[in-house]
Amino acid sequence: MQVEDKEFRPTIVAFCCNWCSYAGADLSGTNRLQYPANVKIIRIPCSCRLNPMFILRAFQRGADGVILCGCHPGDCHYTTGNYYARRRMTLLFSMLDFLGIEKERTRVEWVSAAEGQKFAETMNDFVATVTKLGENHRLEDLRCKKQ
Amino acid sequence: MQEAMIAKAKELLANGSVSRVIGWKKGEFSYDISPAVFETAEQIDADFVYDFFCAANVSKYLMKESRKEGKTLAFLKPCDSYSFAQLLKEHRIDREKVYVVGIECYGKADINKIREKGIDGVLGIKEDGTNFVIDSLYGDATVAKMDVYAERCLNCKSKKHIDVDEMLGEEGDVLDSKRFDEVAKLEAMTPDERYEFWRGELSRCIRCNACRNVCPACTCENCVFDNPNSDINNKAAATSFEENMYHIIRAFHVAGRCTDCGECSRVCPQNIPIHLLNRKFIKDINELYGEYQAGANPEERYPLVNFTFGDCEPSIVHKRGGNQ
Repeated sequence: MQVEDKEFRPTIVAFCCNWCSYAGADLSGTNRLQYPANVKIIRIPCSCRLNPMFILRAFQRGADGVILCGCHPGDCHYTTGNYYARRRMTLLFSMLDFLGIEKERTRVEWVSAAEGQKFAETMNDFVATVTKLGENHRLEDLRCKKQ
Repeated sequence: MQEAMIAKAKELLANGSVSRVIGWKKGEFSYDISPAVFETAEQIDADFVYDFFCAANVSKYLMKESRKEGKTLAFLKPCDSYSFAQLLKEHRIDREKVYVVGIECYGKADINKIREKGIDGVLGIKEDGTNFVIDSLYGDATVAKMDVYAERCLNCKSKKHIDVDEMLGEEGDVLDSKRFDEVAKLEAMTPDERYEFWRGELSRCIRCNACRNVCPACTCENCVFDNPNSDINNKAAATSFEENMYHIIRAFHVAGRCTDCGECSRVCPQNIPIHLLNRKFIKDINELYGEYQAGANPEERYPLVNFTFGDCEPSIVHKRGGNQ
């Protein structure tokens, strides 16, 4: 008999920089650190590759939280990419908040390739925060909802 | 003012220093004034107009006009002048091909506010001290200027021109405006109240794209919203997501370049206060990255293509007071 799983499990999209956080996620895997399976990682070449549209699109297609992970400021593989990302994301998050969308659903964390531990901790913490918030309703697209 | 402008336009056309003039012409109704290009003195005599309904920002039209043969004479109000300077900075306008005459502006009347006063059948508008005398089908009516000024004019940021070849009338100064008060009021609300407020406003959007088309900062030849594969090039927004998405992205794409000319809200047929989204970005930029007025200084880099090592982290949004 199949038992229906009633517990809410949020879908989290994590955009990870190829040069640090993506490797950080690998490291947390090889170290056998636990983080929830509902974190979907999307690899991007640099944190500043993240178009604000990607974040909105992720919410549209059913994400309940979006997190951007990049190299620590000063350590960008392309020297300055994450500085630009930092300004853009600050303004975008502030705008989402201005429109009344829960600000806890979006986050930026700097995770280096050596910080497998931090990666797992960040994800655990973020998933817990979003689980508390519940399903994303304010930026949902009804056309993309599962029937 | 109108006479002086017509005389100036005719003089420059006659001596051959410009081949066309960009100004305003009357539409079907006297309050329905649109930007127009004039090429002869006869056209100017017939249609050229400058009054308190000439609110349209003509700087964006210069992109196209400055690519034509010969020089274009443009009459720019202070608002237009900031947009013009910003477009120059983005290399959208050939400065050599434009002759700019700065004109003074003491605020424009908003036809919707006039209608709210119960005045219909408007035929013309004149100024009389602190009042406007509005000529209508039903006789003259007098209203206080302050009651019918457009919202952006009540909160005018500057009477100063940035880059002009010549001035008609007096040059003004940058003003100490209260334009962020309304944004601050929204910031002080709870997220639920803000969400309700914006739902109420944005759900009226019919996606006519007028705000994008009129915006002097929206100058991409291929716009992201016209992409047929994007699911968001619909004429009418299908869900609330699209409305939010369109307005967030539109405002984001002009963040740091928006001169706050207020054209987006003026042209909105649904009266959505779109300028509040732009002002929110300007306010954030001012607070987080230092005072910045797009267009004011041609040398300055605009904030989104600039950074400092000590910039705040995005988590400041989670912590910041006044934006609860």
